[in-house]
Amino acid sequence: MKIKLGLLAAAAAVVVSLPAHAQVEIQWWHSMGGALGEWVNDLAKDFNAKQKDYKVVTTFKGSYPESMTAAIAAFRAGNAPHILQVFEVGTATMMASKGAVKPVAEVMKASGLKFDPNAYISAVSGYYTAPNGQMMSLPFNSSTTVFYYNKDAFKAAGIDAEKAPATWPEVALAAAKLKAAGHKCPFTTSWQSWTQLESFSAWHNVEFATKRNGFGGLDTRLAFNTPLHVRHIENLANMAKQGLFVYKGRNNTPDATFPSGECAMYTGSSGLYGSVKANAKFAYGIAPLPYYPDVTGAPQNTVIGGASLWVMSGRKAEEYKGVAAFFNYLSSPEVQAASHQRTGYLPITMASFKVTEDSGFYKKNPGTDVAVTQMVRKVTDKSRGIRLGNFVQIRTIIDEEMEQIWAGKKSPKEGLDAAVQRGNEQLERFEKANKG
Amino acid sequence: MAAEKRVWFQSRWLPWVLMAPQLAIIGVFFFWPAGQALLQSLQQQDAFGTSTEWVGLDNFRRLFADATYLASFKTTAVFSLLVATLGISVSLLLAVFADRIIKGALAYKTLLIWPYAVAPAVAGVLWLFMFAPSIGVVSYGLRKMGVDWNHLLNSQQAMTLIVMAAVWKQISYNFLFFLAGLQSIPKSLIEAAAIDGAGPWRRFWTIVFPLLSPTTFFLLVINIVYAFFDTFGIIDSATEGGPGKDTAILVYKVYYDGFKALDLGGSAAQSVVLMVIVVALTVVQFRFVEKRVNY
Amino acid sequence: MVERRPWLTFISHTVLLIGVAIVAFPVYLTFVASTDSAQEIVQAPMPLLPGSRMVQNYLAVLTGSEHGPGARAAVASMMTVSLVSALVISLGKIVISLLSAFAIVYFRFPLRMFCFWAIFITLMLPVEVRIFPTYQVVSDLHLLNSYAGLTIPLIASATATFLFRQFFMTVPDELVEAARVDGAGPMRFFKDVLVPLSGTSIAALFVIQFIYGWNQYLWPLLVTTDESMYPVVIGIKRMISGGDAAQQWNLVMATAMLAMVPPAMVVMLMQKWFIKGLVDSEK
Repeated sequence: MKIKLGLLAAAAAVVVSLPAHAQVEIQWWHSMGGALGEWVNDLAKDFNAKQKDYKVVTTFKGSYPESMTAAIAAFRAGNAPHILQVFEVGTATMMASKGAVKPVAEVMKASGLKFDPNAYISAVSGYYTAPNGQMMSLPFNSSTTVFYYNKDAFKAAGIDAEKAPATWPEVALAAAKLKAAGHKCPFTTSWQSWTQLESFSAWHNVEFATKRNGFGGLDTRLAFNTPLHVRHIENLANMAKQGLFVYKGRNNTPDATFPSGECAMYTGSSGLYGSVKANAKFAYGIAPLPYYPDVTGAPQNTVIGGASLWVMSGRKAEEYKGVAAFFNYLSSPEVQAASHQRTGYLPITMASFKVTEDSGFYKKNPGTDVAVTQMVRKVTDKSRGIRLGNFVQIRTIIDEEMEQIWAGKKSPKEGLDAAVQRGNEQLERFEKANKG
Repeated sequence: MAAEKRVWFQSRWLPWVLMAPQLAIIGVFFFWPAGQALLQSLQQQDAFGTSTEWVGLDNFRRLFADATYLASFKTTAVFSLLVATLGISVSLLLAVFADRIIKGALAYKTLLIWPYAVAPAVAGVLWLFMFAPSIGVVSYGLRKMGVDWNHLLNSQQAMTLIVMAAVWKQISYNFLFFLAGLQSIPKSLIEAAAIDGAGPWRRFWTIVFPLLSPTTFFLLVINIVYAFFDTFGIIDSATEGGPGKDTAILVYKVYYDGFKALDLGGSAAQSVVLMVIVVALTVVQFRFVEKRVNY
Repeated sequence: MVERRPWLTFISHTVLLIGVAIVAFPVYLTFVASTDSAQEIVQAPMPLLPGSRMVQNYLAVLTGSEHGPGARAAVASMMTVSLVSALVISLGKIVISLLSAFAIVYFRFPLRMFCFWAIFITLMLPVEVRIFPTYQVVSDLHLLNSYAGLTIPLIASATATFLFRQFFMTVPDELVEAARVDGAGPMRFFKDVLVPLSGTSIAALFVIQFIYGWNQYLWPLLVTTDESMYPVVIGIKRMISGGDAAQQWNLVMATAMLAMVPPAMVVMLMQKWFIKGLVDSEK
C-alpha cells in the first residue's frame, strides 16, 4: 500500500511538473541592425514575457536582399521561418510567389482574434493590401519622404529660417541665395527614385505607373515621363548645372551630408531624424515635401518606404495562432506608440498616432509629426502606393538614367524616356512569368 | 598542360585515394549544386521556386540583345587587365625590396600583409570614408591638390576607384606569395652571380625572375580569375556599377541579377557565359604562357 | 642581400614606407575611427589623428556596458566561432590540397588532367550564384547550425591545389630518384621529403586561408539560424543598422579592429615560420 501511494505520489509529481503544453516557437527573420536590432529584440522579449504559450525568436539575417535570399533558400529546402521582414520593393515578388506566403488577413481570421483593417492608416497599410482589400503583410517599419533644412545656413544666407520652402520654386530660390552666400551644397537628395519620382507622383496625385501604380493588374506600365515629371527633372538638372543641386549618390549614401552640415536642404527618409538629432550641430527644421503649386490636387500624400512582415506558408496551424497573437500585440496602440517614438518610424494605426499626440511627444520633438501628417489623409487611387514586379531592377534603372542626366550626358526627357522603356521591359517580363 | 615531370610513381589505386577527399567534397558541394544552378539558365522561375517554366535559350537571347550587357564586356576587359597587371607589378616590387632589407623586415611584412585581414564588409565602408566626394579623407586631399574628385558622376574616376579598391586587396595577397617564392631561391645562386660581377638589376632579371616564374604564373592566373569573379563585392560597396552602368563588370551583373533582382534564370545564363570566357582565357594561359615558366 | 649598397637600401626603405603608407592607410583609418566619438567621424572630413575615446569605445564593445548598438554583441563567442571555423577550413584545405597536388604531379592516371581542371573550375562560379542548391544540399545532410555545415563546403580549394602543384613542379627529380634508390614508397617520399620542403608554401597558404575562413560572411549567415553560431563578421555587419537610424561608427570600427587581431597574430607567427621553415636553401 505504501509503495503504491508512493508511486502514485511520484507519478503525480511528474505530471504536475510537466508544462501544460510545450511552448510554440515562432521564428522571425529580420534585417534590423544596430539600435533597431535592439528594438526588435525588445519587442520579442516583451511579448514573450506577457504570455506563456508562444515564444518569438528573432534572428538577424543580414541586409534586406540577404535575408530575402536566406528565406528563399530556406523555403526551397523546406525550413522557412514563420515571419520574414521584406522591404517594400519586394512586395510584388512576395505576392507573385503563390503558395510561399500566407496573407496576414487570412492568418488573423483563422486565429479568431479581432482584426480591423480600418484601424490602420490607409496610406501606410494600403501599400501592402491587395486590390480586394485583403491585407497581405503587416506594415512594420515604415518611413516616408520629408524635407530637412539647415536653419543656421538659412540665416547666414539671409533667408527666413522659420519658413520652410514649401514649393519647388521656393527651393530653387533658397538654393540660389545659399550658393550666393558661399554654400557648396545647397540641396541634395537620397533615394532619388523614391523621393523625386515615386513620392513626387503621389504627392501631386499623378500616376507613377499605369493601372493605379500596378494595383490594377500585371499589365501596368511606367508613366513617369509625363510633362510634369520631365519639368521637375529638368528643374533639378538646371539646378545641377548651376551647382544648386549636388548629386551625392544612390540609396542612402548621401544621408551623412545633412547632419554633418555639408548640404543645407535634403529630401530623404523620415527615419533619418534620429541621426540628425544625434549628430547635427546646428538648428534644423523638418517640413513636408515641396510641391508645384500650379498642379491641382497637390499636395496629396506621400508614399511610404521601409519594410513589412510577411508570413511564410508551410507551418502548423497552432504556430500561425502564435503569429496572429504576436501581430495583435504589435498593432496595439501602446506598443505602436512606443515604437514610433523610439525609432521615428511611422505609427501604423490612428489610435497610436492619437496616443502619441496626446502624450505631447510631438511638441517636445518638433518636426517628428510632419511625416505622419503627410500620411494621415484619405488616399486616392493614384497615391495608395506602388506595386510593381521587378521593382528592384526598375529602381536601379532609374538610378542609372538619372546619373546620366545629372552628368549632362542625357537630357531629362531622354533619360526619363529611356528609364521608362527599360523599366517596361522588366514589367513585361514579370507579367509574362506570372501569368499562369 | 605542357609541363610534366620526368619521373613519377607507379600505382593504380593510390592517386585515386589521394584525390578522393577533394573530389568528394567538390562533387557534393560544388558540382551537384552548380549543375542545378546552371540548369536554371534554361528556365524562368519566380524567386521562391513555386512555379518553373522551361524557356530554352531565351535567357541567353535576352542577354545578347541587351546593349548594356555587350558594353560590359569591354568594361570587364579593361578592369581585369588593370587589376592583374597593377596587382602583380606593385606587389612584386614591394616583395623584392622587402626581401632585401633586414632592419624592420618583420614590421614591413606584417603591415603589408595585414590589410588582407580587413573584412570585405568593413573595407567597403572604409572606401566610402576615404573617397566620398566631399567628406572623404582622400577626396578632401585631392581637392586641396586641385583634383575635383566626384566618382559618382565621373566614369573614369569611378573606374579608378574600383581598380584601386580591387588592387589594394590583392597587393597583400600577391606580396605574401611573392615573399614565399623569393625565400625558396637558393642564396648560393645569387652569391655566385654576384661574385661573377652581376649587379642587382642583372641578378634580378637573369636569376630571380626566372626562378620566381612558377609563382608569377600562379599569381597571374589567380589574379585574373579574382578580377573576373571575386570583385563584385567591392564594386557593390564602392559604386554599385555606376555612374550609369560604367563600372558594371560582367560578374557584377551576375551578382546583382542573382542576388538582388532575384532573376535566377538570367543570372545563371550570365554565369555560363562568364565561365566559358574565363576557362578559355585560362586554357590560353596554360598553353602559351606556361611555356615560359621555368620549373 | 649580397653586397652592401647603401643607396639601394635607402631606396628599398623609401619604397616600402610609401607602400605601407598606402596599403595600410585604411587600417590606420579604422584605428583612428575606433578612438573617436560617432559625431566626430561623421563631420567632414574625418579626423586623421587618433581621438580620445579609445578606452571607452573598446570597453563598451567588449563588455556591453554602453547602451547602444553592438553592446550586446557577444564578441567573445563570435570570435570563438570564427577561430574554430578558420582553423578547420585552413588546415582542412591544406591537407586535402597537398594530397591532390601530389597525386596530380607525381602520378600518371587516366583523367588526371580532367581532375585538375575539375578542381580548377570551382573558382569560376561565385557562391552567390549557386547558393540555393548548395544550401539545400547542406540542409538535406542535416548540417545546418553546425561547424560541419560552416566549414566542409568551403574546404575544397583550387588555389591551394594549384599553388602546391606549382611548387611540386620545381622540386628536382633527383630527389625522387634518391628516394626510390633508398627503397621509399610514394607516401614515405611525400611525408619525409615533399611536405617539409613545402613549408614556406604551407605557411603562406595558411595565412591566406585562415583569413578567408575568418572573414566568412554570407555562407554562415545562411547556414546558421542560431545566433550563437554567428562568426565575428556577421556581428560587425549587424552593428551597421539597416534602415536610417544613427550609426555608431566608432563602435563598429572598434569591433573591426578587435576582429583583425587574430589574423594579425597569425600573420606575424607565420613569418617566423617562413624563415625557419627552410630546411635547406640548397636544393
